[in-house]
This record gives sequence, structure tokens and C-alpha cells, in this order.
Amino acid sequence: MKITVCIKAVPETDTRIKIAADGCSIERTDVKFIISPYDEFALEEAVRLKESKGGQVIALSLGGDEVPNLLREALARGADEAIHISSAGIATDDPLCVGKTLAAALKALTPDIVFFGKHGVGGDNQQVHAIVAEKLGWPQVTVVTKLEVGDGRLRAEREIEGGIEVVETVLPAVIGAQKGLNEPRYPKLQSIMQAKKKPLVTKSLADFGLSAADVGPEAAGLTTLALRLPPPRQAGRKITGDPGQQASELLSALQSEVKVI
Amino acid sequence: MANGVLVFAEQRDGAFKKATYEALSEGARLAEKLGQPLSAVVIGSTIGHLAGEAAHYGASTVYVADVAPLAKYSTDGYAKVLVEAIHTAQPAVVLAPATAMGKDLAPRVAARLDVGLASDVVETQVENGVLTVVRPVYAGKAFATVTFRRSPAFATLRPNVFPAAAPDTSRTAEVRSIGATIVDAPQARVTDILAAAKGKIELTEASIIVSGGRGIKGPENYYLIQNLADALGGAAGASRAVVDAGWVDHSHQVGQTGKTVSPTLYIACGISGAIQHLAGMSSSKFIVAINKDPEAPIFKIADYGIVGDLFEVVPKLTEQVKTLRQN
Ligand SMILES: Cc1cc2nc3c(=O)[nH]c(=O)nc-3n(C[C@H](O)[C@H](O)[C@H](O)COP(=O)(O)OP(=O)(O)OC[C@H]3O[C@@H](n4cnc5c(N)ncnc54)[C@H](O)[C@@H]3O)c2cc1C
Repeated sequence: MKITVCIKAVPETDTRIKIAADGCSIERTDVKFIISPYDEFALEEAVRLKESKGGQVIALSLGGDEVPNLLREALARGADEAIHISSAGIATDDPLCVGKTLAAALKALTPDIVFFGKHGVGGDNQQVHAIVAEKLGWPQVTVVTKLEVGDGRLRAEREIEGGIEVVETVLPAVIGAQKGLNEPRYPKLQSIMQAKKKPLVTKSLADFGLSAADVGPEAAGLTTLALRLPPPRQAGRKITGDPGQQASELLSALQSEVKVI
Repeated sequence: MANGVLVFAEQRDGAFKKATYEALSEGARLAEKLGQPLSAVVIGSTIGHLAGEAAHYGASTVYVADVAPLAKYSTDGYAKVLVEAIHTAQPAVVLAPATAMGKDLAPRVAARLDVGLASDVVETQVENGVLTVVRPVYAGKAFATVTFRRSPAFATLRPNVFPAAAPDTSRTAEVRSIGATIVDAPQARVTDILAAAKGKIELTEASIIVSGGRGIKGPENYYLIQNLADALGGAAGASRAVVDAGWVDHSHQVGQTGKTVSPTLYIACGISGAIQHLAGMSSSKFIVAINKDPEAPIFKIADYGIVGDLFEVVPKLTEQVKTLRQN
């Protein structure tokens, strides 16, 4: 089975966001990048699928200098090959442009199944995997918490409000991984060493027959005009007394000020 | 020429979702600002009765796809119909609720139309006939103002943020039937829906959330959180520490890698207030923290801080809420 997994580099989740001088992006200096947490579930599921069905896992990531390190990590976690798509010429903050680029790369790779995290912890768009599925004309199952892959078919469980939807569809397909799908493994020292010998290539837009006119800022669907921080929250009132008094004072505040009771 | 606002009016089991009323209401407000009509699209099977309800929220045209293969949601089936509605109505703006269904469907349709989609929008603005929207990024650590480069402008609206208007039952709409071409079985088929515990409110839809952290000490104590949530008519959440320990299902997790929520009231019990947790809940209108450590970071952002033992305070609170509700 040919399995691909798309990985996004995002700021470490404990990063305090600072707005860059341009006013519409984040300050990237001093930011440590990690594999987007949901992509870890995607990668783990890809590797497990290979372990049970045989085949190969190709990790794919679009981005800048932060990407090769994270792809090495993906190789250490069980991917067999990695492809870094250089971000030059691509509107990387636009889901449509990112989706089109990845779709072009995947078309060339002809995998049986493609894994994504259900959303990238950063832009929080939750769009790219669906855009890729559309551009490839493949079915998608998003927010997946359980997956069984059979012969040319799959059965997945996806989270919806107040329940689980069971979806059946055909391969090739695009999967968006949700927490709960599996427990990602930590790479062992030995696999970290092995990963150094696995192939990691860098490709550019031209390798997929694309140009900046197709996926650059002019082709974007959205333009970000400004980025701002939320107004800082202040500490409010401390409620003292014994537990019974604290409860009743809070309750009267919920009635008179919050007005929810 | 592009004209008006089209709302994808999500229904399940023959009833609109709460987020649908919010999207219709915001759609009506935008339509008025643009001086253009509001239309709605309803997709499913035996759902004709919902057209009238969409009219009560301001839709002057309702596109209804009432066909058997669409009884259950499918990405490709619903995408075909929504695209057909958009081609027919030629709207300047398309809105959908940012629900599980909306988030699955909207990007697929936007990609088919080759237009930009703004996800999980929390604010809209119309100036000189141009729409800009605000959306949270990094789970609410920052907010981006974005515009659309092509028409239609397409956005999903975060549930619980836009107020639903009072319905005007005197209003009616022109009903147009669409989707007749959907005869084939969809590519991906929903074969079953496994319902979670009945009567439980979904976190992203709740206006009151009570969350428990590692301070609850073990899975056997989560009932304290659930009981208070039930008494308040809200939903029960959790920090990642609690989810990773396996005390509750991950569907309860609030935070940067859990759910981003914006309820009116968020009560954090035994939660320290790590940056990843705050990211997911700090846009709540009011925050209450119950924690025995006076130095816990959660107190820095809480509107009401109770320094105390949750095992004493939470049951007292539940008891008093129940008493109040009974009277
Ligand atoms: C990649 C990544 C993603 C993450 N995503 C999330 C996320 O989405 N959501 C999230 O929540 N976290 C997330 N985290 C984890 C986060 O950093 C914290 O570890 C976590 O939020 C801590 O949970 P907690 O506050 O319940 O536990 P702790 O930090 O252990 O705090 C427990 C609190 O309970 C109090 N307490 C103890 N006993 C009592 C008592 N009897 N009465 C009252 N108070 C008591 C203590 O004083 C303490 O403040 C993430 C971390 C990483 C690395």
C-alpha cells in the first residue's frame, strides 16, 4: 500500500504569539516549530497501516527552513521517505493555495490513502484536507477517531456533535485524524539514527508543473488585512469565606451580573 | 451579477441546529447591510416543512433539496446540491454554521468554486458593500481580519457567537426545489450514527461549561463536574491532563488541541490554567476559577476566583443551584 501523510510545521503550543512588523503575520524569530499535534495522529495511523498491510509511508510537508527537521522526526517515527515542498512562490497562509499545491504533489505520487491532521494548530482553518480531496476528486472523511482499511474500501468513525458518524467509502481517500485515533509513539534512539539515512528530498513548485500564478498570493482566496491580539483579560473578584458562603456569593453573582441563572 | 446572502441551513433529523438559527440571523443582518435579499438552502429527505421556518428568519427564497439519497449527510451529495444552489442564486456571500457538517462541507464546496473560505468566523463587517470578517487563529491567541479575493465570499460562523433573532412567523418565502439530479449513491456513505449519551449538551454549543482538571484526582470524581454542569443546564469539559489520563473521553477536551469554546460562563475546577488550556477558553464571556492554589495562573484571567477545595465548593454549588432551580 502506498500511504502518504501531510505534515505541517506550527509554533510550539506554549508560544506566546507576537504580531510581526507587517501587522498581518506572526513574529517568527525565536519561535520553535513542532509537527502540528493532530498530524502526529495522522502519522501514527499511516505507520500502523503500513505495519499491518505492508507498503510504504511518504511524509510530505510544505514550508520553509523549519520543515526538514520535522520531516526527519517523521522518518524517525516510521515514515520511509520524506518530501519537503519549498514554500517559495506559494501563499502558505492561504488554504486554497496550500491545498492545490499538495493536491498536485499527491497526484504525482498516486497514493492509496492520504492522512492529514484534522486541522493545523495555527491557522486553525480545518480546510486543507477537504480542498485536497476535492482537487483530486477523492472522498474525504474528516475528524476521524477510528479507521479500518479493507480491500479498496474503508470504514471510519468521525466525531459529530453529540455522537459518532460511521462512514464507508472507497480508496483512494483523504483522512483527517482526530485525537483518540491512536497513541502516537515516541521515536527510539535507533530509529532516530536510521532516519538520518532515509531519503529526504526538496521539491519546488515547478516540479509539480505549477507556478506562482497558480498558487501564489494573486491566486489566493483570502487576504489577511490585519492580525491582532485579543484584549488582555484582567483578574476579577476573589470570593472568600467558607465553601458554603463562596458558593452562595458566586451564585448571586451568576444571577445578577452574569445573568445565566 | 452576484446578489444577496445564501445560508446553508443545516438540519439533522428534520430539525434545524441552533447554529443554523444563528447563521440565518447573521445572514439576515448582512443582507440588510448590503441592501440585498437573504436566501437559504435546506438539504435532506422529508424536510420540506423547514422551508417555512427559514422564511421566519428572513429568507425570501428557500432552495429545498428533498431527495431520498440525501437522508443522511454525505460530503459529495451535499456538496453537489450546495454548488447547484450557489449557481442558481448567484449570491455575493455564502454562510454556513461551523459545525461538524459545515466544517466538512464548506471547504469542499469552496474548492470546487475556487474561492476563499474563512473558517470559524466570530465577527463580520460590511463597509462600502465589501465584507470583511474576523476569525481566531492559534486557538484564540490572535485574531485575523480577512477579506475575500473572489465572489462569493464564503464563511463558516462559529456557533454561540452570533445572536439568533426572534422568528417572525408572518414571513413567507418562495420555495424552489433543487437537487433532482442527485440520483446516484454518494461516494462516501454514512451507514450509522452512534449517539453519545442522550440529553448531553455539546461543548461547542453550550452557553455554560463546567470543566474539570487534574485537581479532580481521578475518573471516579468527574461526576462532580458533570452534576454541576447538569444542574446549570450546561456541558462538562476537561483539561488535557484529564483526557490524557483516560478519565474522560477526548471529546470533552477544551484547549488549543481540544475544542475552542466561547460560552457565556466557563467554570474551571482544579485547572491550573496552562497557556494551551487558556487558548481554548479565554474568549468565554465570564470565567470562574475554583482552585486551592492561590497562585494558579487561571486566577489571572478569572472574573470570579474561589480559592478553595473543589471537593467542598463544587458540591455546595451544585446543591444551591438545584435548590434555586426548584423554587
Ligand atoms: C502540544 C500540547 C498541546 C496541549 N493542548 C492542551 C489542550 O488543548 N487543553 C489543555 O487543557 N491542555 C493542553 N495541554 C496541556 C497543558 O500544558 C497542561 O499540562 C494542562 O492543561 C494541565 O491540566 P490541569 O490544569 O488539569 O492540570 P495541572 O496543571 O496539574 O493543574 C491541576 C490544578 O488543580 C489544582 N487542584 C488540585 N487539587 C485541587 C482541589 N482539591 N481543589 C481545587 N483545586 C485543586 C492544583 O492547584 C492545580 O492548579 C497541551 C500541552 C501540549 C504540550
